[in-house]
Amino acid sequence: MDWMSRNLPYLMAGISVGGQYALIAIGYTMVYGILRLINFAHGDIFMVAGLIMVYSTTVMPIYIAIPLMILVTVILGFLVERVAYKPLRSAPRMSIMISAIGVSYLLQNLALYVTGGLSQQYPAIPWINDTVTVFGATTKRVTIITPILTIVLVLLLVTLIKKTKIGMAMRAASRDFETSQLMGIKINSVISFTFIIGTFLAAIGSLLFFTNYTGVTPTAGAMPGLKAFVAAVFGGIGSIPGAVIGAFIIGICENIIKGLGWTTFSDAFTFALLIVILIAKPTGLFGEKVTDKV
Amino acid sequence: MSTKKKTAWNVGLIAGLLILLFLLEQVMPSSSMLFTVLKKGAIYALVAVSMNLLNGFTGLFSLGQAGFMLLGAYTYAILTIPVEARNSVYQYFDGGIIQFALPVPVALVAGGIVAAIFAYLIGLPVLRLKSDYLAIATLGFAEIIRAVFQWDKLGPITNGSNLLRNFPSFRSVLFPFVVAGICIALIVMLINSTYGRAFKAIRDDEIAAEAMGINLAHHKRLAFVISSFFAGVSGGLLAMYQTTIQASMFKSAMTYEILLIVVIGGIGSVTGSCISSFLFIACSEWWLRFLDNENFYIGGFHVPLLRPGFRKVVFAIVIMVVVLFYRQGIMGTREFSVEGIANFFKRKFGGNKKKKGGASHE
Amino acid sequence: MSKENVLKVENVTMQFGGVIAVDNMNLTVDKGEIVSLIGPNGAGKTTAFNVITGVYAPTNGAVYYKEHKIIQNYPQGKMKKLYRGENPMTYTGQHAIAPTPDKITRLGIARTFQNIRLFKSQTVFENILIAKHMLRTSNIFTATFRLNGKEEAQMRRESEELLHLMELDDVRDELATSLPYGKQRHLEIARALATKPELLLLDEPAAGMNPQETLELTQFIGRIRDEFGLTIFMIEHHMDLVMEISDRIYVLDFGKPIAEGTPEEIRNNPRVIEAYLGGAQDE
Repeated sequence: MDWMSRNLPYLMAGISVGGQYALIAIGYTMVYGILRLINFAHGDIFMVAGLIMVYSTTVMPIYIAIPLMILVTVILGFLVERVAYKPLRSAPRMSIMISAIGVSYLLQNLALYVTGGLSQQYPAIPWINDTVTVFGATTKRVTIITPILTIVLVLLLVTLIKKTKIGMAMRAASRDFETSQLMGIKINSVISFTFIIGTFLAAIGSLLFFTNYTGVTPTAGAMPGLKAFVAAVFGGIGSIPGAVIGAFIIGICENIIKGLGWTTFSDAFTFALLIVILIAKPTGLFGEKVTDKV
Repeated sequence: MSTKKKTAWNVGLIAGLLILLFLLEQVMPSSSMLFTVLKKGAIYALVAVSMNLLNGFTGLFSLGQAGFMLLGAYTYAILTIPVEARNSVYQYFDGGIIQFALPVPVALVAGGIVAAIFAYLIGLPVLRLKSDYLAIATLGFAEIIRAVFQWDKLGPITNGSNLLRNFPSFRSVLFPFVVAGICIALIVMLINSTYGRAFKAIRDDEIAAEAMGINLAHHKRLAFVISSFFAGVSGGLLAMYQTTIQASMFKSAMTYEILLIVVIGGIGSVTGSCISSFLFIACSEWWLRFLDNENFYIGGFHVPLLRPGFRKVVFAIVIMVVVLFYRQGIMGTREFSVEGIANFFKRKFGGNKKKKGGASHE
Repeated sequence: MSKENVLKVENVTMQFGGVIAVDNMNLTVDKGEIVSLIGPNGAGKTTAFNVITGVYAPTNGAVYYKEHKIIQNYPQGKMKKLYRGENPMTYTGQHAIAPTPDKITRLGIARTFQNIRLFKSQTVFENILIAKHMLRTSNIFTATFRLNGKEEAQMRRESEELLHLMELDDVRDELATSLPYGKQRHLEIARALATKPELLLLDEPAAGMNPQETLELTQFIGRIRDEFGLTIFMIEHHMDLVMEISDRIYVLDFGKPIAEGTPEEIRNNPRVIEAYLGGAQDE
């Protein structure tokens, strides 16, 4: 019991952080599945969602601020795709990646300008911020809610992709981009829809993530973003359950490492894991094998 | 124009540039912004060209540049801090374990070599990866290196997360120009050699290059190691320029900046990278500084929006415009050359003169 | 000319998952011969080429070049259970020899591609010059510091000569991709020849050509065989060309070799007519 109460907080924090990464990772994995693009700006959109929350709560009550934040973030994600990625659809892969890095740079600098570089206090959201006791370990309610909410959202998403028409179009587009276009699928709306879902989940993720931290800085999105990407690769890029499982594993490992007192290496560990996977099993846990045609 | 004549022109131009810099330094105050720009610009030019060698000429999309600069900068700093200053620098680590100091040129080269050795080891596994996976893996390695250098247990060597300082730096703008110039010249010579042609073949079509008997793994590794060597040297120069260094400086944002310089200059153009480095540094350190000034007036008009941070926003927008609308950058894959200029003037003003030199210029 | 094997393919099977692209293929190409590999689309011809040039490691079988075994593999582990080809034979010694395509090229086997793969950003001359890279003796230092001047000059001279022979010198400094289609095919062959091969593999050299161009190509292939002392192994669909210049022909159907012989024999082989020529006599 003693061991439990000492280590449980880390484990719970890990599961919680994992859930937050999972919500971001889905955005990466879905976009990569269709466009074969690492959306470097995704983590920054996540950060911007945090900032929108910070600023909107100063002028309006929280129950209006939350839906508004989600809406604005989704619009931002949609616009980023339309402005920065759509014109480059036929360009080499490197160009579109550079564009993604450019958007990331722009969002970070915009945030730097707006915040003046200072960390912005994230508003305390009632109820989910309350302290609760589980198995003798005290924690915030958000820690418990995150994994549950994540799983519910993922199940909804999987149903959407499996059962609806747009979901079928998404699956077709991720399998073969060109052919699906020939089959009359409106590829641009499918891509936009993918970005909308991705940013929607990232917005919810940011709500849960920043509640645990004191503030939002312009670079706050970069690290969680990269880690979520690693989670997506770990699970097999393009696979939603893979991304979720990968995110939980990374979240838990990271917190265990922190618990062992190796905080300096918690980020490095994620990348080491990434490299090991890429070398040992480049397609990740659930990815499909592709062979290059000669 | 014959090769000899071209070489003569180039040598003449470079000598002229160096003399001009020397004279400028005699007449202008050393605190002038111009010198800041020239010094930092030269260093960034070197690292941008080294990145271009990979991304532009070999087609390997690597984002590890900041990590290799870190290795070069730390190696340089650690090897050159004077023995008598070590106790104060490594105050938490009893003066560190290294109790000697090397001359500056040796330490700069050592920085390059350390970066190259790491690149070799990293390259063994990651160079097998394709485009975007390679990018993310190299980015990851840069982050790991940064974490390792901040580790307390390595403190006696790296000083942990504390500043390294008191190592020799340079005063004259000629120093970074000469070092970066030599390095860039070496890279250009490499690109124009048979190996450079092989790199370009790999960039254009890996499968065809392999069918032409080019060993992909070997050549990719060569490009990666050489690029990292020069990134290491430029890291050493950056340490000299900044006079203090800390691992936390070398974030992925730094790599992104270098990448954007390369993109603005034109992926696949050495001179493009050089020009855009100076432009980038001049804009960010000097010309666009006013954008950060809250009390900026044109006549009696108080320009709105200006406050710290605005410069970078403008910058980022400019970069996005280049990426989206001028994908070729300043130079595309062309090079700026005496010959090109001569031809340009010939076309413009020498229409009546008989064209010499024949078909190869056209 | 004494019969000397340049290429021997022995029991090669190539299986992708459940699909057998090449099924137990055996063939030989003798020195100085022009041998064609024909068969309907999807018969596994290009896959066979990719096995010979080291792009794919075969699931089973071996490839010999001038009596030396250069490629060998046999199904083992998981593959053994999945293996659906014929005659999984047991080899002695090393179970796998799988050199990379560049090593195969350096041994003296050059190839062209079905969908032309020229170096897009390079000129015609540079495309050929790149192929000379593999013949270098310089290392990266001597090359960078131009201590290999003699060799570099020789590379350039040989490339110029080749351009001249291939009648490409008038387009020397043009971008490879700006050439008309037929010329691009020529350039690809020229580039393969620049590696000084003994065996040349041509993957549909006449694809997309009109009858006039095909005729020129027929003469051209005959000419380079004689001038460069080559052995040629090619995949082709244009029957005029194949029947005109081949010494022997192999016919592949659904990955299986169904016939072998001189053009005359193939023309009269009922199995071939049934499987292949039957529906496509107007070709």
